[in-house]
Amino acid sequence: MSKTSSTLLSTTAAATALAAATLAITACTSGNPLVPGPKKGQVTVGSANFPENVLLADIYASALKAKGVKVGVRFNVGSREVLYQQVQQGSLTVLPEYNGALLAYLDSKTRAATTADINAELRAKLPAKLEILDSSPAEDKNALVVTAATAAKDHLASIADLAPYAPSMSIGGPPEFKERYQGLPGLKDKYGLTFKSFASLDTAGPITVKALADGSVQVATLFTTDPNITSRGFKVLTDPEQVFTAQNVTPLAYRDSMTPVAVATLNEVSAKLDTAALAGMMAQVMNQKRDIDVVADDWLKAAKLR
Amino acid sequence: MRSAGLFPHIPSYLGTYGSLIQQQLTMALLSVLFGLILAMPVALLCVRFPKIYAPVVGLLTVIYSLPSIALFVLLVPSTGLTQTTVIIPLSFYSLAALVPNIVEGVRGIPEDVRLAAVAMGYTGARRLIAVDLPLAVPPIMAGLRVATVGNVSMVSVGTVIGVGAFGALFTAAAQLSRSDLAITGIVVIVALALACDLLLVVTQRLLTPWNKRRSA
Amino acid sequence: MNVLSQAWGWLTTAANWHGSDGIPTRFLQHFEYSVEAVLIGALIAFPLGLLTGHVKRGGLLVTSLANVARALPTLGLVVLLVVVMGVKFRAVMIPLVALTVPPILLNTYEGVRNVDPQLTDAAKGMGLRPWQVLWRAEVPAALPLILTGFQFAAVNAVANTAIAAYSSFGGLGRFVIDGLATTDYGMVAGGAILIVIAAILNLVFFAVLRKLLVSPGLRQKKQTV
Repeated sequence: MSKTSSTLLSTTAAATALAAATLAITACTSGNPLVPGPKKGQVTVGSANFPENVLLADIYASALKAKGVKVGVRFNVGSREVLYQQVQQGSLTVLPEYNGALLAYLDSKTRAATTADINAELRAKLPAKLEILDSSPAEDKNALVVTAATAAKDHLASIADLAPYAPSMSIGGPPEFKERYQGLPGLKDKYGLTFKSFASLDTAGPITVKALADGSVQVATLFTTDPNITSRGFKVLTDPEQVFTAQNVTPLAYRDSMTPVAVATLNEVSAKLDTAALAGMMAQVMNQKRDIDVVADDWLKAAKLR
Repeated sequence: MRSAGLFPHIPSYLGTYGSLIQQQLTMALLSVLFGLILAMPVALLCVRFPKIYAPVVGLLTVIYSLPSIALFVLLVPSTGLTQTTVIIPLSFYSLAALVPNIVEGVRGIPEDVRLAAVAMGYTGARRLIAVDLPLAVPPIMAGLRVATVGNVSMVSVGTVIGVGAFGALFTAAAQLSRSDLAITGIVVIVALALACDLLLVVTQRLLTPWNKRRSA
Repeated sequence: MNVLSQAWGWLTTAANWHGSDGIPTRFLQHFEYSVEAVLIGALIAFPLGLLTGHVKRGGLLVTSLANVARALPTLGLVVLLVVVMGVKFRAVMIPLVALTVPPILLNTYEGVRNVDPQLTDAAKGMGLRPWQVLWRAEVPAALPLILTGFQFAAVNAVANTAIAAYSSFGGLGRFVIDGLATTDYGMVAGGAILIVIAAILNLVFFAVLRKLLVSPGLRQKKQTV
């Protein structure tokens, strides 16, 4: 047998064997994952993969530690889709969540838009093992943003104004934006928007900001607390149909791991946090390049939580 | 707050130098160890039954070509966001690097040496352990070095599932637009990898004092 | 439902084969990045390897470079360059090329350096000038090792292009990253399978190249690096 064909044959045989082995492994392990459940006697604070959430998680963790609670941390775990699986199993026991987005994740058909309605629906729809604690007045909403130039050229003030231009526009956001109701599907449903293309960037981070600024995308999704909006003169489009609902910072917790002390501490943090403070902290992190843990610590001390 | 020492400050929420180094080395070195444990029997089977060597090499080449980033993500539903998820693929990469080197190492033993050993009464498993393997140390060590250096570096890719030791600095660097964190991560990882490499070279010198020739 | 059947579902959905984020587009992007990385790397490393191998100097530098390159974390390099220069072609090419240069350099150097001295003596004896000795005797003799070096470089390029998707670059890695973000494991596994296919195509290509280029008298055992 020639060398080429014997290489090809062994490669094909190898690939087949590998596929068979993978099939066997996945068949054996599908079902109950081997991940450990909640760690006894400690609260495991997790965060999503963007700085504001890391900041909030760090605030929670430090506040809990100051009250003597045993804390473990897992930062930058991933998107909500990944995080939620983890908290359901109890591998993570507290997450800084945003009530509107969490509800939309659990029930894409929901039309609740105010804090009270959203929280009521959340309490009804969360599984028994999970609970939300008190919501904070601090909000960080998703927003559709365009450059000042684009807004002027196309006379854009609200998302609805995008309708005639969308088919020739590129929109950028994190990968999950393509699938979430508070994303492309919702924009299509409530505003009838179909974009020319979607660019998978980062979670409202530097890559998205640069893509919008240099014109690789004409519309982008950023967070309302993003300091780049003011510093680069981006325009936030209003959302009359409320695709992007209220987004109060709300701890999502694994019920069995929460002691009364832990619950009281987090509720106190939520009560003292507001949007101005959150935006101010994000400006320090993103613009002044101060470390997240230092910024969190400063706020906790000022708020007498530490 | 800049640290007082020589080393750039790592934001404390990412970990300390000590904890991150420990995580990076644990995942990398355990993977090499498991790879070696798996590689030994596979390699020795290939020496004993030469016909299976070509297909085994084919399989290993395919394994080596599997993208680490995909393997980490695919194992998450099975083994979770844990160090195990990182260790499993890295062990297979180590296996792929080690088997050919062990096989070539054992095969590369000069015939007269082997005959001398047989003449002295070393047969079968005893010969394998007391004669063949020690003589095959240089190529095996070469494979171990490649596997170790590669693994120390590849652990950082685990940051896509939140388990990347110093890789976490890369995630933070991307989110916060901070090149200083990326540079720190790169420098430390390279230093760690080369330190492990040096350790292996020293170990090889100690294990094979008869080998005057410097290996590349 | 296990991951492989989800992957099959994803791979057989027609919609996934169309558009700017469809499978053919991503495959082409991946191909483009990898091939360019190898070509540019070869442009730098091949002449250097020939030179150092021919004069048999610079070995320590070459092997040290190869060692350091193996230690470089691809993800870190891509992130660093994107932070510094944005999501540009250059930002992904620099790390990719940095990682294709060492295997090509190392193997070309080793291959040319280790050519049987009798062969080069015979060539010189026949009156060939130094560059002719290199091109007509040393390179053909070193070809198996040189090709293995190129193959390693290509394997690296395919794998590293997948990693670059973390910083929003295109290619097949996109399916892995986007699939993870939406916990669509069918997409992740489908993407992984496609990357494996790309890697296998790569290996087949080099097997064919080896058959075509390597002189029959040299069909020796493949050497590991």
